[in-house]
Amino acid sequence: MSGIVIKNLNVWFDGAEERVNAVKNTNLKIVQGESFGLVGESGSGKSTILRALTGLIPTWSGEMNVTGERLGRHRTRQFYKKVQMVFQDPYAALHPRHSVDQLLSETLRLHGFSNVDRRIEKLLDNVGLGPTFRFRYPHQLSGGQRQRVAIARALAPEPEILLLDEPTSALDVSVQAEILNLLDDLRRAHKLTYLMVSHDLAVVGHMCKRIAVMQMGEIVEIMTIEQMRDLNPQHPYSRHLLESSLGYKRQKEQVPQKP
Amino acid sequence: MTWLEVDNLWVKFPTRNGIFEAVRGISFSLGEERLGIVGESGAGKSMTGRAILQLIRKPGQVSANHISLDGDDLLKMSKQEIRKIRGQRISMVMQDPKFSLNPVMTVGEQMMESYMLLGKKSRSEVRNKVVEALEAVAIRDPSRVFNAYPHELSGGMGQRVMIAMMLIPDPDILIADEPTSALDVSVQMQVLGILDKLVQERGMGLIFISHDLSLVSSFCDRVLIMYAGRIVEVCVADKLHEATHPYTRGLLKSLPRLDTPQERLAVLTRDPEWARAESVSGVK
Ligand SMILES: Nc1ncnc2c1ncn2[C@@H]1O[C@H](COP(=O)(O)OP(=O)(O)OP(=O)(O)O)[C@@H](O)[C@H]1O
Ligand SMILES: Nc1ncnc2c1ncn2[C@@H]1O[C@H](COP(=O)(O)OP(=O)(O)OP(=O)(O)O)[C@@H](O)[C@H]1O
Ligand SMILES: [Mg+2]
Ligand SMILES: [Mg+2]
Repeated sequence: MSGIVIKNLNVWFDGAEERVNAVKNTNLKIVQGESFGLVGESGSGKSTILRALTGLIPTWSGEMNVTGERLGRHRTRQFYKKVQMVFQDPYAALHPRHSVDQLLSETLRLHGFSNVDRRIEKLLDNVGLGPTFRFRYPHQLSGGQRQRVAIARALAPEPEILLLDEPTSALDVSVQAEILNLLDDLRRAHKLTYLMVSHDLAVVGHMCKRIAVMQMGEIVEIMTIEQMRDLNPQHPYSRHLLESSLGYKRQKEQVPQKP
Repeated sequence: MTWLEVDNLWVKFPTRNGIFEAVRGISFSLGEERLGIVGESGAGKSMTGRAILQLIRKPGQVSANHISLDGDDLLKMSKQEIRKIRGQRISMVMQDPKFSLNPVMTVGEQMMESYMLLGKKSRSEVRNKVVEALEAVAIRDPSRVFNAYPHELSGGMGQRVMIAMMLIPDPDILIADEPTSALDVSVQMQVLGILDKLVQERGMGLIFISHDLSLVSSFCDRVLIMYAGRIVEVCVADKLHEATHPYTRGLLKSLPRLDTPQERLAVLTRDPEWARAESVSGVK
């Protein structure tokens, strides 16, 4: 069964002076239960693909299918029960005047869940936040705590498909490990489908079997993780990206001195 | 040579469950160096950076024996004097780049305004400077980004605009809170190159808050590891892999690695003792 199928997708933004073609002629096929990675240059259109899928950008052409259903202009509530997204910018994604409790209970009620209290506790526990965080407001949380609330909210409707935009980039690696393990367990247990954007190639390598590399609005290469591990991609940009991931090299070495 | 010294810094928040201590008596110094701060999510890294510039929002409270910049105590300065320090000598790149930009002003206008504050120059001169600054942080399309509003930028573009903007006053010290977390590794290396150059050639002091252990280890000189509001360990950056504190060891073990695939990532068991132990001094 197919999870996500995208054919000839174009997404653009009409500015005052010019049109930005953020995604150009993109094709992608992700089977159900697969975890697929999207990496590439900053500004290359990764978030735009995810946002177009969730119906946040009206200006697109081509074809998008989710679990065999072709997407039109508008998304229904059932769509959001099935497909959830974790946004790249957790601050913008959380309503500043809603507490964590309000945020989660609203989402749960909207999708018709009972036992809201118990579910909230479970969701917070899943993302490593204790009960003391339940009545906090976003401005009372650290960056990583906010991101975990955003992940908890996306998990709340028990979706089949998760669109994850840099889900762990604000987390320390120990919390990241917990969240990635959780996502892995959920995917195995419920055959969930993930489309995951990350700049951390090791994270994508851990989570996904296949990845697409984007540059300037286009997918320049789709490769397997084995190819990535062997540092053996075909496209020069993918090769450049992999080489850059090997760490920072100082221009010249210099020992800092105490005054 | 600029020298920042933080002595016994506390940041506290009153909450419905009593006073929450976000930063608990830490001390460190910063010279002409790249000082990394890593640590647990919620450990107090951002609050430490904000406290230095007195950017902690009410009802938060900051106290310290002193936070001195070249011997002058920032805590004893007037609001006006602090604003001057903030605008000219110490810059901070916040963890939420888009949130710190003005949403109703174009990127170019905001950046031009920052340049104008530094003294009278012609608009066209300033405009060129802004475009140059955007090019320097590897923005592909500087003239479009100049006219764009913050919500029209990708995550990583917002971060780069923020970095470019904070470097405008040519600060002596830059506090960068997760400045490259949304950048692809290639652009990240370019941006780090700029910061590195400022440290090496101009003697800027850099506080680099990050979760990326391998990046901190290859880019920084020293690293403070924070846990529950305290510094639990201080390492020479390229010896980070030899760290001895069980929290730091745990962090290193939970890293996914491209070259050695694992079925499951190792997770940490946190020992309550780590939160109780005295803070280690980060003064050099
Ligand atoms: N609302 C908008 N209006 C105009 N242009 C936009 C808008 N949103 C995004 N863009 C542009 O579309 C392009 C792709 O942006 P997108 O956010 O998809 O990049 P990305 O690959 O997610 O990058 P990053 O890794 O930095 O987050 C960028 O050039 C960006 O400026
Ligand atoms: N207004 C507030 N009221 C109560 N607690 C707060 C408030 N603001 C921040 N905190 C708490 O202070 C602690 C330190 O926050 P800080 O933002 O410094 O964390 P951090 O180390 O930067 O974490 P991250 O890596 O997740 O960004 C966190 O546990 C946070 O929940
Ligand atoms: Mg993005
Ligand atoms: Mg922070």
